[in-house]
Amino acid sequence: MRTASSARSRWSLRTLGLGYLALLLLAPLLLIFYRTFEHGLAPPLEAITSPDGLHALKLSLLMVAIAVPLNTIFGIGCALLLVRHKWKGNAAIDAIINLPFAISPVVIGLSLFLLYGTKGWLGPTLSEVGIEILFSVPGMVLASIFVSLPFVVRETVPILQEIGTEQEQAASTLGANAWQTFWRVTLPAIRWGVAYGVVLTTARVLGEFGAVSIVSGSRSGETETLPLFVQKQFDNFHFAGAYAASVLLALLALTTLLAMNVLKRKEDA
Amino acid sequence: MSAHPASATSVPVAPRAGIRLPGVGAGLGRGTVVLYLSVIVLLPLAALTSQAFEDGFSAFWTQVTSPQAVRSLELTVGASLIVVAINAIFGTIIAWLLVRDEFPGKSAVNAVIDLPFALPTIVASLILIELYGAHSPVGIDIALTRGAVVVALLFVTLPFVVRAVQPLLIEMDREMEEAAASLGAGGLTVFRRIIFPNLLPGLAAGVALAFARALGEYGSVLLFAGGLPDTQVSSVFIRSQIESGNNVGAAAVSVVLLSAALVMLAAITLVQRWASRHERSSGGGLTVMPMSGTDFTAEKDDDENR
Repeated sequence: MRTASSARSRWSLRTLGLGYLALLLLAPLLLIFYRTFEHGLAPPLEAITSPDGLHALKLSLLMVAIAVPLNTIFGIGCALLLVRHKWKGNAAIDAIINLPFAISPVVIGLSLFLLYGTKGWLGPTLSEVGIEILFSVPGMVLASIFVSLPFVVRETVPILQEIGTEQEQAASTLGANAWQTFWRVTLPAIRWGVAYGVVLTTARVLGEFGAVSIVSGSRSGETETLPLFVQKQFDNFHFAGAYAASVLLALLALTTLLAMNVLKRKEDA
Repeated sequence: MSAHPASATSVPVAPRAGIRLPGVGAGLGRGTVVLYLSVIVLLPLAALTSQAFEDGFSAFWTQVTSPQAVRSLELTVGASLIVVAINAIFGTIIAWLLVRDEFPGKSAVNAVIDLPFALPTIVASLILIELYGAHSPVGIDIALTRGAVVVALLFVTLPFVVRAVQPLLIEMDREMEEAAASLGAGGLTVFRRIIFPNLLPGLAAGVALAFARALGEYGSVLLFAGGLPDTQVSSVFIRSQIESGNNVGAAAVSVVLLSAALVMLAAITLVQRWASRHERSSGGGLTVMPMSGTDFTAEKDDDENR
């Protein structure tokens, strides 16, 4: 069946497909690594260890430290409810959870901006009791939670459906209470799926730009995460800083891909 | 995949079986979930919608139909359509290579497909402007043009079609193709009559997801295409309206994007329901979402068979 013409079409498909990937993904990525290190290690290191750079890194990690655990706990609980407890509101919950996938980050940012702004529904009241959401960390956390909300739920639901309830039933027949069943039976069964969701959530929180940029006000050294730092440095023609932060974020992205691959294999095993 | 038939049979058990939400009653858990979703998602979106219609429907309409708003919406939809068409073709080719072809570095290529998901959008913008901007080492400068909008959107939507088509290709029955070929059908006929119809559900879902993503994209377009009147997509336009203090205008165009997102989500759900009637494997919700549990293990089995 392997004729000359099928070999030829195979090669042209390869050229097209791999060429497209090279031009669109690989070449830009390699170039940014080259640009970052073309004058040695010192300029990027200096840029990223500048006070603003370090602060941006810390703030990005703070976003992860708050948003990821919250969305993980929510995600597991919500998935359990959706799969194990029939309720007529489940379809609505399921639909709402998908919203952050489809809504523009700018629209998400603006929504928070309007809700917590000086003329918003909640802004003035919270201001009176001394809580500022906008242009400070709480607003940025809310934006991060919003954009990364679906991942853990979406990864956990199909696994819960797959594993069924036999083992859980067995555990409870043997006298385990709900907590014991959850910790000893359910959680071990879904752990790789949850971990996969956590990886995606983390990547999304680290990389979020649009929504956070609207609610943060992007004040250097105060409300600037790493992606905001990239933009600010670029706009101010501090290319070394923009490149260095980009490479750091790209390395985190590559780590994410690696983690996804490893977890996928564990999940399938 | 772990969804072997044995476990599948154990799913439809009596509704009371299985773990209850540990430690808390279902009612309390449900209340918490609803509260969380309301505070995080629904309340902000309600505030947005209310702001858009604050001065009445005619004010909303004036904002949405202002020349610059219309221009941005036209560009957004037009560029998204072009991008989705290009990635439908290249995404299918790449999925084909990953499933049916053998070449060194295939697993690395497979992993790298998801890069646009993992890479922050602002970094995507920066790396594209480095290669295809004013300082391009290859002499191509499309920065701050509509071409840049298209390239940026191609970048961020690349994985959708690949990841939606890939599992269908893995599952597809090779015998049908071989039968057709043995009956004298040429490569193109086999593709058109057998492969393409089988891939269509995945292709449709991937295209819908990519289109939804393209409509709202912001970060990757920002530095590369800029905010010139001619290159302003709707999300960039919204940002500029916020900065000039026109909250109603920003909210009005946002409501248009939000509605488009809702329509796309509904369309994706319908496509997936349709696809699940044609497919053995179907999951709940956006499981075709490239980032969510698609598995590629069958690929390896496939290799061994050859």
